[in-house]
Amino acid sequence: MIELFGVPLPALMGQLMLGLVNGSFYAMMSLGLAVIFGMLNIINFAHGALYMAGAFLAWMGMTYWEISYWWALILVPLALCVVGVIIERAFLQWLYKLDHLYGLLLTFGLALIIEGLFRDQYGVSGQPYPIPEELSGALNLGFMFLPKYRAWVIVASLLVCFATWFTIEKTRLGSYLRAATENPKLTQAFGINVPLMVMLTYGLGVALAGLAGVLAAPALQVNPLMGSNLIIAVFAVVVIGGMGSIFGSIVTGLGLGMIEGITKVFYPEISSTVVFIIMAIVLFIRPAGLFGREK
Amino acid sequence: MSAVEYLRVSDLHAFYGESHILHGMDLVVNKGECVSLLGRNGAGRTTTMRAIMGLTGRRTGSIMINGNQTINMAPHKIAQLGVGYCPEERGIYSSLSCEENLLMPPRVGSGGMSLDEIYAMFPNLYERRNSQGTRMSGGEQQMLAMARILRTGAKLLLLDEISEGLAPVIVQRLAEIIRALKEKGFTILLVEQNFRFAAPLADRMYVVEHGQVAMEIAQHELDSKREYLHEFLGV
Repeated sequence: MIELFGVPLPALMGQLMLGLVNGSFYAMMSLGLAVIFGMLNIINFAHGALYMAGAFLAWMGMTYWEISYWWALILVPLALCVVGVIIERAFLQWLYKLDHLYGLLLTFGLALIIEGLFRDQYGVSGQPYPIPEELSGALNLGFMFLPKYRAWVIVASLLVCFATWFTIEKTRLGSYLRAATENPKLTQAFGINVPLMVMLTYGLGVALAGLAGVLAAPALQVNPLMGSNLIIAVFAVVVIGGMGSIFGSIVTGLGLGMIEGITKVFYPEISSTVVFIIMAIVLFIRPAGLFGREK
Repeated sequence: MSAVEYLRVSDLHAFYGESHILHGMDLVVNKGECVSLLGRNGAGRTTTMRAIMGLTGRRTGSIMINGNQTINMAPHKIAQLGVGYCPEERGIYSSLSCEENLLMPPRVGSGGMSLDEIYAMFPNLYERRNSQGTRMSGGEQQMLAMARILRTGAKLLLLDEISEGLAPVIVQRLAEIIRALKEKGFTILLVEQNFRFAAPLADRMYVVEHGQVAMEIAQHELDSKREYLHEFLGV
């Protein structure tokens, strides 16, 4: 059997793939956080809970109404977009002029409420969500077996991340978004309805979390705590990448997922801490993050 | 040709938080006219512009733009009436390239200048079109801040301290551009510290003091009022 650094190649590649899958979730989640922070100046602590709600909605859809995985991929983000818009109108819009801390506390409270509601209803044991038939099984790549669903998660999240990056950096709508992020008042004085854009940005950021939740449902167990397990690592990713950087959050998310995977092979004991060790080092060398701009 | 009112500000009061900045501003700009607001720093000229755009805190009084009452309108609605605003700090976006800055403001009226016409008027901007907005020189940034509201079809231009801090050659070029814009039929409200720049361009001038209009001077009265202005503005 081929070995690399004394580790069988299939084992190494397998962990790397798993790391990429985790990295895909990190990337999609930190992307949403970055866009929301840029436009709303709010650190959305509810992001993990909304991701969990996305996974649960997919599970509930399948269990109660026989909504297939493919429909859930479309319907759940739409539903969560509506939830996001309601949260923005009802709560967040009153906080923009205040310190970051208020937004953080409010969204943290929302996260606890959302999580509590699902825990109350379903307990903390996970609900299984079957992998759709089209994506079950594995591909034999010669040097390793690649489960089809993992490949799909990576491809789908890369596509979503690329589409989001492209929209923000290369289109007219994106130039409005970048302008409104940088100078909202002036941008509104040019005739752009900035409050509407802010509302939709939150809706879309939350929809991204929901989409990540649906993608995660068959890969992980659907569990009320899955959001809080993920969100801490995602915040570390955001800090490492640089708050508010779109490109940075995508690259950092995928990169850290892979580093985590490799660590699992070579030194499993620190695999769950490695992200935070890297965060500490990055903060020491580049306080604004790898891709962030110093203010 | 009788004058058609394009902008009428009456008894305008404006606040930033608790501070009461404008104390009953009254002014009129007719269609096709260039009107300048003169005054010392802190007299309330920039605040008047910001209040017209809806960018201050609370406002009371009346602001009519092309027959529309705008005192309770949101800034984007005001802009959509055909108003182009060039702020004192220029407001060039650093996250956008020169050309993206130019193309960013959406259309607010018909008959705006085309990109080619704009590049013909501001050749420097064509050369710097791919530069990051805030990497350009002060003069280029000022040209860009003016140019980007000419593309949108805005008919009323609010220009705040456009000559400030620029080399004499560039100030001269700006004066030529304002003349060209007047010929094209734009209505212009000009806030200026630089009396020598504003005086030959403006059809009328308002002297602003303590958030109110202290005096109105027409172009033909300039000579007779020079003594007063000299004392008042220290020019």
